[in-house]
Amino acid sequence: MGNLSTREAYGKSLAEFGKKYDFFVLDADLAKATQTLVFQKEFPNRFFNMGISEGDMMTTAAGMAACGKTVFASTFAMFAAGRAYEQIRNSIAYPNLHVIIGATHSGVLIGEDGASHQCIEDISLMRTIPNMTVIVPCDEKSVYAAVEAAICHDGPVYIRMGRLAAETVYQEKPEFAIGKGNVLKDGTDLTIAAVGDLVPEALKAAAVLEEKGVSTAVLDLACVKPIDEELIKKYARKTGKIITAEDHNVIGGLGSAVSEIIAQEGTARMQRVGIKDCFGRSGTRETLQDYFKLNVAGILEAYERL
Amino acid sequence: MFTKLNDKELYSMSNQIRQLVVEAVYCAQSGHPGGSLSICDILAVLFFKQMKVDPSHMEDENRDRFVLSKGHAAPAYYAALALRGFFEKEELKKLRRIDSFLQGHPSRDKIPGVDMSTGSLGQGLSAANGMAMAAKADKKDYRVYCICGDGELQEGQIWEAAMTAAHYKLDNLTLFVDCNGLQIDGKVEDVMNVAPVSDKFQAFGWKVLEVNGHDIAAIDQAVEKAKALKESPTVIVCKTTKGKGISFMENQAGWHGAAPDEQQFKTAMEDLKRQGGL
Repeated sequence: MGNLSTREAYGKSLAEFGKKYDFFVLDADLAKATQTLVFQKEFPNRFFNMGISEGDMMTTAAGMAACGKTVFASTFAMFAAGRAYEQIRNSIAYPNLHVIIGATHSGVLIGEDGASHQCIEDISLMRTIPNMTVIVPCDEKSVYAAVEAAICHDGPVYIRMGRLAAETVYQEKPEFAIGKGNVLKDGTDLTIAAVGDLVPEALKAAAVLEEKGVSTAVLDLACVKPIDEELIKKYARKTGKIITAEDHNVIGGLGSAVSEIIAQEGTARMQRVGIKDCFGRSGTRETLQDYFKLNVAGILEAYERL
Repeated sequence: MFTKLNDKELYSMSNQIRQLVVEAVYCAQSGHPGGSLSICDILAVLFFKQMKVDPSHMEDENRDRFVLSKGHAAPAYYAALALRGFFEKEELKKLRRIDSFLQGHPSRDKIPGVDMSTGSLGQGLSAANGMAMAAKADKKDYRVYCICGDGELQEGQIWEAAMTAAHYKLDNLTLFVDCNGLQIDGKVEDVMNVAPVSDKFQAFGWKVLEVNGHDIAAIDQAVEKAKALKESPTVIVCKTTKGKGISFMENQAGWHGAAPDEQQFKTAMEDLKRQGGL
């Protein structure tokens, strides 16, 4: 594909925004993997390696933020949202500190490392914490937009990113506002709302459905919390059918967030594409996409069920 | 203009802090008196002599920072803040009530003078490290003080943070370990032994000082000494008595998280008034 992964875009964006904004970056011995080393090379005095100790890293970031600093804390999603959940909850979110958690290697589509590293619970864990903003960008340009929005925000932000090359959705840095979704394609019969790697799959599935005469809208709901309620309600009324798609457990993630709104409104039928409450497994990205139906086929099957 | 207190006045101040602790916990009928009473002398030295803080300039970027890692000792922290002028003493009688900003555990966005929210054990030292690292990065000369409990040393994150403080040579950080020897389920040595505390910190690259945590002059001298030590953080290991100053509470694990009844409250206040203070 030749495109950047969202983690590579993250590292580059930190190095670039480091020139414009004053912030610190912390990592837990994964600077090469999370790509924060790109920032480290540019700004060694604003980078701190905390070693393999994610809980300590999160609370240290909180201490810096309590002194007025904007701080990025990066590691894999599993060790951020999973291992350091309670530090994030009590030391970052409860005091409402400006710590941006840059979590890479999320979801099953990281590939061969397998279930121990495939975090499919992080959107769920993070969005239940008061004060927390949760963003799931899908490609290089959207990462830039998300990172800048997080820097300009005040309060804790969780940015969820992947490991492998991300297909280009946005040719230019999109307009991104916390609390707003993006309409990538309009339609009247069906809405597909997606995040991350499933956004390009949603666009491809929409193209297939259009050929079958199904007018399909595609929403990028990168800001999972606060979610764009108005946009979801509008498309629920307009199309009457919604499919959500994400590389995350269908429990607690984007599918849950959208269904919470739909259940109150009662305006649309829904299907959720995602991990069906099971652990991941090793494989290539392509084999995992097939296995867990995180692709066009999975979305088309969901449409048949509607 | 605030004048630093002398040792005799600090002794009296720690007694006042203790009285306010007992009164607050009695009014709330809830809270943690035992571990609050063991740190009152340390707090008196910090808030009334050593720390550069000013309630009329609370947002001063150059102020010294304080993190109460053992957040359940909040009543003592709140009493020190109130006596130092951060809020009205009367508020202490509303500790833990729905209409008060005095939460059961310290909350930085609700309580004037509180630099960091704590309560979940093991995290305060990491937060203090972050403050000390921010000071060094910004070339500011404020100091950071942190108090944790001896039982709290059972939390693994304390030792992650101990490594961090030594690795980043945080000589602007001073940690107090309040060794009162007791935790909720009994003696620290029986529940999960943390000894030898000083040797452990030394092995982690810290400078270690040991004092009687109720000897005002000794605490003050240790803080002065810590300020002069460079290239590594300093821990002041304080031997203390849980429930210090109240005859029936001293060295009783049962007073970790229990409130006195009316008769016990009267006895406790009589004990404290006999020892000095107001």
